[in-house]
Amino acid sequence: MERIISLFKSLLLIELLKGMSITGRHFFSRKITVQFPEERTPMSPRFRGLHAQRRYPNGEERCIACKLCEAVCPALAITIESEERADGTRRTSRYDIDLYKCIFCGFCEEACPVDAIVETRFIDYHGEVRGDLVQTKEMLLATGDRLEAQIAADRAADAKYR
Amino acid sequence: MMTAIQGFLGPWWTLAWTLAKILVIVLPLMGAVAYLTLAERKIIGYMQVRIGPNRVGIKGILQPLADAGKLLFKEIIIPAKSNKYLFLLAPVLSIAPALAAWAVVPFSPELVLSNVDASLLFVMAITSMGVYGVIVAGWASNSKYAFLGAMRSAAQIVSYELAMGFALVGVLMAAQSLNLVEIVQGQEGGFWNWYFIPLFPLFVVYIVAGVAETNRAPFDVAEGESEIVAGFHVEYSGMAFAVFFLAEYANMILIAMLTSLMFLGGWDAPFHAAPFTWVPGFVWLAAKVSFVLLLFLWFRATFPRYRYDQIMRLGWKVFIPLTLAWLMVVGAAMQTPYGYLFH
Repeated sequence: MERIISLFKSLLLIELLKGMSITGRHFFSRKITVQFPEERTPMSPRFRGLHAQRRYPNGEERCIACKLCEAVCPALAITIESEERADGTRRTSRYDIDLYKCIFCGFCEEACPVDAIVETRFIDYHGEVRGDLVQTKEMLLATGDRLEAQIAADRAADAKYR
Repeated sequence: MMTAIQGFLGPWWTLAWTLAKILVIVLPLMGAVAYLTLAERKIIGYMQVRIGPNRVGIKGILQPLADAGKLLFKEIIIPAKSNKYLFLLAPVLSIAPALAAWAVVPFSPELVLSNVDASLLFVMAITSMGVYGVIVAGWASNSKYAFLGAMRSAAQIVSYELAMGFALVGVLMAAQSLNLVEIVQGQEGGFWNWYFIPLFPLFVVYIVAGVAETNRAPFDVAEGESEIVAGFHVEYSGMAFAVFFLAEYANMILIAMLTSLMFLGGWDAPFHAAPFTWVPGFVWLAAKVSFVLLLFLWFRATFPRYRYDQIMRLGWKVFIPLTLAWLMVVGAAMQTPYGYLFH
């Protein structure tokens, strides 16, 4: 008896019609596509995008060349050379982040005692020739100057969890 | 004006006039194929809760032109150890039957390129030729995936042709004619006269067999992109690939057209009352063809691909007995006083 019922069910294509009714309903449902360049999905303040170096409000760079980030970097993407400046403080003479190696883990940011190296929410960058994506100190500081407002706001939003 | 051109061309007139008639059918058909690809991408996209192509032109309306332009300018790569002549012949073998069958398809009682008496037989004969394109393509490519695809496709098309043919025998019995125009005229007078009601099982079998004949999902084991890459046209690129593509979609439109003519009353309006008779018959035919094509796309968006042995089982052990049984029913009923229900 059960076999006869299932035979009739399969001959009447009931399961197939059920499937088609599901796809038919989805045809009219609201589409979830995000039209990327015009629309963007929400982004967390903790997002780890392009790196930047920050400055103090008086314009002095934060980085003190402690090389903790260089030590913690699992991809060995950071290269630092330091020297003593005329005022007796230690500063970096070279600070390169090789974005080809970087895995965007954010350890450098966590290790930094003075919040100098940060990862921003900026992701729209590209390289056009080989070597373009090795960020020098000047490039990092420029990114930091450009995005300082957002960087500061993101750090403030995340402050109570740090 | 016609006679002036006739006099100018002299003996070439017949050739020129025939070519003109062919162009009048083939050019709109190519346009329909182009926009069927866009419709497919849009409709399947919508069923998958996404939008589909919407960048080229307004709402993606120029996408088919962009695709055609891209394919025209791409290189046709010919594999080193392939059979070059057969390799290039295969797309032609594939598209020629898909276009030739349109010669006998009527668009209205008068509008038919050649109104031959055995037009249904002609269509069956011509569409069966399409499988050679697939087999030759698979063999000439000298690639194991292409060859597997060709083998699968050959077995599948041969199996489903039988079920398809039997389904059409039902139509022949009902219409008492092999002429497509007469088959449609036999269904005139509102949707309750259309053959899909008395021949409903044959109608379903015909649509499913049509999906299998055109190698469309869920019967697309000949392409089976997740199993054998792209099946028989894995080695084709550029325009040679595009010709296979055109043939597949032209065949889809042809099957949809034949379904509309033989089961859905062709250009007959569903009701012969005021608002329905204002619409010309050609629009009704186009609407029915579009509906069957929508079904094709809907199937593709819904059903997962059949396993190969299941396809064979469905074709030989389900469809052929089913159609034969229903032919017996129709034949027996025609001998009773209720035979008019099947005419």
